[in-house]
Amino acid sequence: MINELGHFTLILAFILAIVQSVLPLWGAQTGWRGGMAVGGPAASLQFLCLAVSFAALTHAFVTSDFSLRIVTENSHTLKPMLYKVSGVWGNHEGSMLLWVLILAGFGASAAWFGDALPPGLRARVLAVQGMVGVAFIGFVIFTSNPFERLAFPPFDGQDLNPLLQDPGLAFHPPFLYLGYVGLSMAFSFAVAALIEGRVDAAWGRWVRPWTLAAWVFLTIGIALGSWWAYYELGWGGFWFWDPVENASFMPWLIAAALLHSAIVVEKREALKAWTILLAILAFGFSLIGTFIVRSGVLTSVHAFATDPTRGIFILAILAVFIGGALTLYAARAGALESRGVFATVSRESALVLNNVLLAVAAFVVFIGTVWPLVAELAFDAKLSVGAPFFDLAFTPFMVALAILLPLGAVLPWKRGSLARGMRPVRGALILSLALGALVFAFQTGRSALAPVGAALGLWLIAGAAAELWLRAGGRAIRLTRLPRADWGKATAHAGLGVTFIGIALLTAWDVEDIRVAEVGDSFDVAGYQITFAGVEEVAGPNYLSTMATMRISRGGREVAVLHPEKRVYPVQAMPTTEAAIDNGIWRDLYLVIGDAQDGGGYALRTYIKPFANWIWAGAILMALGGFFSLSDRRHRVAAGARRGAAPPAAASPAE
Amino acid sequence: MRRIPLTAFALLWLALAPALAVEPDEILPDPAMEARARNLSQGLRCLVCRNENIDESNAELARDLRILLRERLVAGDSDAEAVAYLVDRYGEFVLLRPTTGGANLILWLAGPAMLILGLGTAAAYVRRRRGPGEGDARVPPLSPEDEARLAEILKE
Repeated sequence: MINELGHFTLILAFILAIVQSVLPLWGAQTGWRGGMAVGGPAASLQFLCLAVSFAALTHAFVTSDFSLRIVTENSHTLKPMLYKVSGVWGNHEGSMLLWVLILAGFGASAAWFGDALPPGLRARVLAVQGMVGVAFIGFVIFTSNPFERLAFPPFDGQDLNPLLQDPGLAFHPPFLYLGYVGLSMAFSFAVAALIEGRVDAAWGRWVRPWTLAAWVFLTIGIALGSWWAYYELGWGGFWFWDPVENASFMPWLIAAALLHSAIVVEKREALKAWTILLAILAFGFSLIGTFIVRSGVLTSVHAFATDPTRGIFILAILAVFIGGALTLYAARAGALESRGVFATVSRESALVLNNVLLAVAAFVVFIGTVWPLVAELAFDAKLSVGAPFFDLAFTPFMVALAILLPLGAVLPWKRGSLARGMRPVRGALILSLALGALVFAFQTGRSALAPVGAALGLWLIAGAAAELWLRAGGRAIRLTRLPRADWGKATAHAGLGVTFIGIALLTAWDVEDIRVAEVGDSFDVAGYQITFAGVEEVAGPNYLSTMATMRISRGGREVAVLHPEKRVYPVQAMPTTEAAIDNGIWRDLYLVIGDAQDGGGYALRTYIKPFANWIWAGAILMALGGFFSLSDRRHRVAAGARRGAAPPAAASPAE
Repeated sequence: MRRIPLTAFALLWLALAPALAVEPDEILPDPAMEARARNLSQGLRCLVCRNENIDESNAELARDLRILLRERLVAGDSDAEAVAYLVDRYGEFVLLRPTTGGANLILWLAGPAMLILGLGTAAAYVRRRRGPGEGDARVPPLSPEDEARLAEILKE
């Protein structure tokens, strides 16, 4: 009964999305106010319907209703409650339902917080958002219906893939989708502006909070995924340049470019056409990402149940939306001539450079990702493009970006001078060069990665601090009175620096030890004494575990007692390694237990991972910076979120 | 069936035991040679895996390839020779870093070419923006209400 309700509201949402995509647009084109007013209530109701539908599916998972096919295939009565709930989006159908729920959520928030928008723009934005909704709800209903029943429900389910039974991964997809789907707002604003044929400073200010929110969520989602890979896959890798990772990274890069170019539109009324193009591309890459994950055209470690008809459906969505938007762009972009005038050395130029670097970096990731496919189709060559290519081809862009960033950030608008721009960040430059030299002296005969990475990272951090100091006019008391957007900018830029340091030092200084040890053995790894104190077999709720006890000490003082595990999930007949990690600011101790050896003892792996946590701490700082910026008063005014203006979902037909 | 009895454990273990990436018994006695092997194996693809290199992969085939690679190194092959040996047997697919010849030139040069194009376009754009008063004649002018609205919104 509840399942049928969920199915019914899903179909109802589809119909509402059709209404939302037709009437407001028609109203806006013909000046019919009634039609335009339909957008808000339709968006709210669509969101409500999908929320009910999603709740119904969650109910089925929580109560282990094995009459639903996807519950049987992805759940089990013994599974802990957290993973019963996260199992809702741990499969293709459920995750697509979450996708459209979030899409409708963004549409509804545009309706709720969009009071300040001109009615025409608001109606058109809602209509475009509705069109995206029609396409994806249609995709769910016609190719991936989560409410499909089984004629003969089994007694128990097939369990969720054990790798996905993890807190990090429980929250990774929702954040990622919030980011992916959030970019649909930038897309809707861009297409609405193209239909209107007008882009002005206000448009730049309206589109920025949505893009920023999407980018923040994407940052958190990517960081969670990377963190999960680090502790779950058993050897501490954090980024693999896997097609699916790239699929989330390309929109992130484009969204970062879009954030910066929208600033130029807002402040200086320049870069308009380019910003619109970026908005279209950002969502385009989101759709490409969805296509890559769901179609299975590229082999990836993230294998969703793939199906060619789904791939074709998404390809059709991609062709219609991005093709349509680009056609509209070609027709209208000429009318979006910029007004602002600026000198060659200016903040505007620095942001243009930022955009070139980010966009080309995204392009490099794109071509590397699709090249195996292109090579096979066009040249009949079966080849691989992996991490070594990306490390080589992508890294230079990030280095260039990091070198230019602190300088560009302090340049004034309109006209600046390099010499004058250097002055406030001179200290930062000296400091970071000194650190680079120190790191170089500290390590001997190893790659340049560590000193260069550390120097660039500190340059970004100290540069951000110097910029804040400059904005405060060199008076500490004024720091607290700076706009939150300034703090947000500095925090995010410093976060990038922290991530740089983490990646560079972890990659350069990682220590690894692989050996066979028997219980009672003791050995040294990079100054740590590790004692293999014991091993026992333990049963978890839905798995069996071989759990070791390892004592780690340094200079005679005990640092940590760790319990690396090896688990077997019998229902899926799948083993997993659960590394035991002692987290620290300067290093992680990372222990893994392997197989029992024929001659007695176990294979043990010990890793010392310097600065590992800096990678994700930097990502958290970047996201925090985004939040600071979002909470800036100017954005709240722009988004129209006047105090108490947001009606609750049920009572939203306010117009 | 609330808990799985531990007695079932040993049997399951035998059936499921995975080989973790590099095993202790694979490691070469000569640390320098082992370091070369590790370095090389990070650039070689585990053919049956999804986008994993043989250094990280748990697959049986990855282990075979790691051992084969080490055998070649022990036999006195240079790095390039050892890799060429594997490419001869398994094709270019085994290389995670594509060759720089032939059609792959497009792949390698796409980034730099795009960068030059991007910088060129950007430079042209910046030059055009330098001059004063370039027309926005084609932009429909804002109505007075819109101007007022804009001013209100842009006010901090």
